Amino acid sequence: MSQINRLKEGGRIDRSRKLGFTFNGKRYQGHAGDTLASALLANGVDIVNRSFKYSRPRGIVAAGAEEPNALVQLGSTEAAQVPNVRATQQALFEGLVARSTNGWPNVQRDLMGMIGKLGGRLMPPGFYYKTFMAPASMWMTYEKYIRKGAGLGRSPMEPDPDTYDHLHQHCDVLIVGAGPAGLAAALTAARSGARVILCDEQEEMGGSLLDSRELIDHQPAAQWVARVLEELAGRDNVTLLPRTTANGYHDHHFVTLHERRTEHLGETAPLKGGYRPARSRMHRVRAGQVLLATGAHERPLVYGNNDVPGNLLAGAVSTYIRRYGVVPGRRLVLSTTNDHAYRAALDWQDAGREVVAIVDARPAPDGELVAQARERGIRIIEGAAVLEAKGGSRVSGARVAAIDAGAFKVTGQAETLECDTIASSGGYSPVIHLASHTGARPTWNEAILGFVPGLVKGVHAAGSARGIHDLAEGLADGVAMAARALETLGVSAMAVELPHVDARRDGPSCALYQVPHEKPTLRAPKQFVDLQNDVTASAIEIATREGFESIEHVKRYTAMGFGTDQGKLGNINGMAIAARCLGKSIPEVGTTVFRPNYTPVTFGAIVGRHCRELFDPERYTALHEWHVEHGAEFEDVGQWKRPWYFPQSVDGKKETMHEAVARECLAVREKVGILDASTLGKIDIQGPDAREFLNRVYTNKWLKLEVGRARYGLMCKDDGMLMDDGTTSCLGENHFLMTTTTGGAASVLEWLELWHQTEWPELQVYFTSVTDHWATMTVTGPEARHLLAEITDIDLDRDTFRFMDWREGKVAGVPARVFRISFTGELAYEINVQANYAMHVWKTLFEHGDKYGLTPYGTETMHVLRAEKGFIIAGQDSDGSVTPEDLGMQWAVGYDKPFSWIGKRALSRSDTRRTDRKQLVGLKPKDPTVVLEEGAQIVFDPDHTIPMPMVGHVTSSYYSPTLGGGFALAVVKGGHQRMGETVYLPMADGKTHAAEIVGTIFYDPKGERQHV
Amino acid sequence: MFHIYCPYCEELREEEEFHPKGQAHIERPKDPEACSDEEWGDYLFFRDNPRGIHHELWVHAVGCRKFFNATRNTVTYEILETYKMGEQPTITAESLANREALGSVQVAGGGQQTVGASNASVASVKGVKA
Repeated sequence: MSQINRLKEGGRIDRSRKLGFTFNGKRYQGHAGDTLASALLANGVDIVNRSFKYSRPRGIVAAGAEEPNALVQLGSTEAAQVPNVRATQQALFEGLVARSTNGWPNVQRDLMGMIGKLGGRLMPPGFYYKTFMAPASMWMTYEKYIRKGAGLGRSPMEPDPDTYDHLHQHCDVLIVGAGPAGLAAALTAARSGARVILCDEQEEMGGSLLDSRELIDHQPAAQWVARVLEELAGRDNVTLLPRTTANGYHDHHFVTLHERRTEHLGETAPLKGGYRPARSRMHRVRAGQVLLATGAHERPLVYGNNDVPGNLLAGAVSTYIRRYGVVPGRRLVLSTTNDHAYRAALDWQDAGREVVAIVDARPAPDGELVAQARERGIRIIEGAAVLEAKGGSRVSGARVAAIDAGAFKVTGQAETLECDTIASSGGYSPVIHLASHTGARPTWNEAILGFVPGLVKGVHAAGSARGIHDLAEGLADGVAMAARALETLGVSAMAVELPHVDARRDGPSCALYQVPHEKPTLRAPKQFVDLQNDVTASAIEIATREGFESIEHVKRYTAMGFGTDQGKLGNINGMAIAARCLGKSIPEVGTTVFRPNYTPVTFGAIVGRHCRELFDPERYTALHEWHVEHGAEFEDVGQWKRPWYFPQSVDGKKETMHEAVARECLAVREKVGILDASTLGKIDIQGPDAREFLNRVYTNKWLKLEVGRARYGLMCKDDGMLMDDGTTSCLGENHFLMTTTTGGAASVLEWLELWHQTEWPELQVYFTSVTDHWATMTVTGPEARHLLAEITDIDLDRDTFRFMDWREGKVAGVPARVFRISFTGELAYEINVQANYAMHVWKTLFEHGDKYGLTPYGTETMHVLRAEKGFIIAGQDSDGSVTPEDLGMQWAVGYDKPFSWIGKRALSRSDTRRTDRKQLVGLKPKDPTVVLEEGAQIVFDPDHTIPMPMVGHVTSSYYSPTLGGGFALAVVKGGHQRMGETVYLPMADGKTHAAEIVGTIFYDPKGERQHV
Repeated sequence: MFHIYCPYCEELREEEEFHPKGQAHIERPKDPEACSDEEWGDYLFFRDNPRGIHHELWVHAVGCRKFFNATRNTVTYEILETYKMGEQPTITAESLANREALGSVQVAGGGQQTVGASNASVASVKGVKA
């Protein structure tokens, strides 16, 4: 057991609990309280990955969300695979299995690394675009190998065994980040009685206080954290959410919080009392006020080979030592621009390891921490910086020289210091990501050398998140900003006494981003800006030379700040380099926009319970169970499950769809069939102006429709294009029942309300959806009357109950409305009963139906039958660019109605008057065995050179057992004047079908059968 | 996701309950047959796309099913007010410009939302299509 870098004591880990884990197939041990990253460092693992583009060996750089290199693939089984987890954010658990996401065949010996070494200069920005541009057809081939080489982790190929929840939360104040400012703010808001949610992305709340050298109330800062958390946990107006990342800030203070509940316990949620709790939760928070106490990320310095394992952030060094009891090396060189980073050297020395030197870019640093380092006798090299790291798979030295940061020049002779670790700090960038999600532009603050968040109304930033890095000031700022948020809400803030913090004097920092090198940037060793995306200083310089001046363009050309990284470490440095190359200042160059998500969110948490059978609601008719029992195949129509066809067993063999539909069609044409039509939209319309209203929204006339009669109507938008169709029946002088297409039910209701509420509020009319209240059974075929007569008291005499009449009475002993409406062209009765009675009526029909050959049929047969009659389906034979006239339905257009109904004016526009509009016609394939493809394009001249002018397409096409061949409906330019002409349909397989343009009615053209 | 105050329900509700219906205050010409093709085309097809204050028609589709109007800043997404059909907005691009010129009122900052139009404004716009 060799945790060679583990200190004998210290840290917040539980040394009594040892945890075994596997990384790249090798077994290691860590402790409870470790992250995967701290455990790897404790075990002396230097290389954790290969870089994205150049495949260079990479080690751990940071200790938190900003880690660019240590991306791992988790999971011991296929189903548990999780890609791109930051090792710095993954708590260690017993049995954890992780692999590097990059590196093929493995991270130690990497094939692509050869390309990185040999061909580094051959891979400028835009390399993939430039190299693999042509031919386009080859991209799929290139991509396969590029991806294999680059590697990005992979998604699991098996279903996720875990569940995920969504929670909807409301609070007065949402506080993001539980560091000093966040805790002080939470205390203030909580004591004032506000409903508070405090979330923090780390395993433990406390932020920087968990590894701070500073004392609060003369005790270690972590003790103050514990006291505050204890008080907050005891209040019922406070919700504490540790391990919870505010991943996105959306409109109107809607913030999504991703809470990882079991990821620290195992790769799938461990069973708890026999069930598996949700692995993670997405809290959808609507907050009154939001306080961002998100802290700051330390900026690394950009110097040569700054990506070699052993180059770390100064703050990360302190975190590993103080929080995890891990010192990630033996000999340290610290390169800094500020006082705060000195604590890395002090912590390193306290851990008993050697500090070779502190290289400070400032000519005369003089803060208190600097003085402490001097007192300890640590060598401080002033006015200098690390120019370049030495070493391949681990740092072996640091080349150091005096520099002039302002002039971007090396001014002194370089000296090489032997070391295995280089810690760097170029200052601190406030974490402004969430504020940026709101669209507010951050502003550059020269005093802190960083962007501070732009804030929209109701959003506040506190502490380091707005550049206040001093501990005492940060605590005070948390209290003050909470008070400001409370004031906006009309809550008076309770005074919170600030704890005592010893004042510390820090000297001023200096501005240094890219460290100058003796060689020009393009020839110097690679100086990495964005480690995750392998973007170098020279790439940015090249981009600016190639004319990319906008920082947003530089970002896209180089990929800086792309992907899961979102520019946490590199963005400011990149902007500074672009500014240098362009001769501008950083605020002039500006910043790119950070977008959600702050760190990756697993799809499970985004989806929550809205998956599998709960993905989309399914609607069943009252007769669904019968359909299932009778072997129906179902079709989705909107959210409805409708029987598609009812295959029967013939000689022990199940019919094909073609066979079933042929049988069902003939049953309707020759005997009697029954269709469950319950899904048709039904809208109950009442009021003294109901009739006038119908007259305005339908194209045809409604003023004279008598009680007891029904009428088919077309509904257009005001542009004259068909929107929906259906029959409407007059139930009483002021009472109508409208039917709509199955898919159009909701939108037609909204349409009617729109016109009533916004244009004609003076009309007294009311609309109620009754789709689900009534079940509809269509009994149709020559035997329909005989069958229905057996079970109804309604007089079915053909001359008193005529076609397009409706009657009220009893069917199978229950109250019913029967409509003599036909969508098949045969004698038909649509029986409407309360949905709860539907099964009884349906079964009674079958009890009586055997002798008539009653056959259930589904939507496919319905389509064939209606198409044979030329009955259109709105949305299939029309598509929003088809007028009633294009459909040849002038008979349903009331040109002389006094009110200019919806769509009328548009019918006389020059465009709708064109004679070469696409018009609905019938198509009869010359070869009757051919069933044309729906959507097939139509041409007049099959010998025309490509591209052929396309003149229309097939809208409906079926095989008709009645006609003994294929037939189709289609829209064809000027089709109404082309009866008898031949058109052609060139198909993808090279065949060309010929078809004759005919009328749309293929069967019973005089419509006699529905009148019998 | 917007948080929208329904002036009929008198509550802030989630955007999921609403459908946007485009620009508000588009009145159908009283006598369509008297319109030229161009006028009718303008009514049918042409809409404003302002940067800043925009009046929009919304419907509380899975709530009370009422249509209403919202004044929204298309830059900040702030909804400044919502008001019932038949009412006129109290906040317009002009009114904000005037108030800004007087230096008295800040521009929309995103997020917060004032409620429906005042009764005074309703009385003054009787008969005007909203």
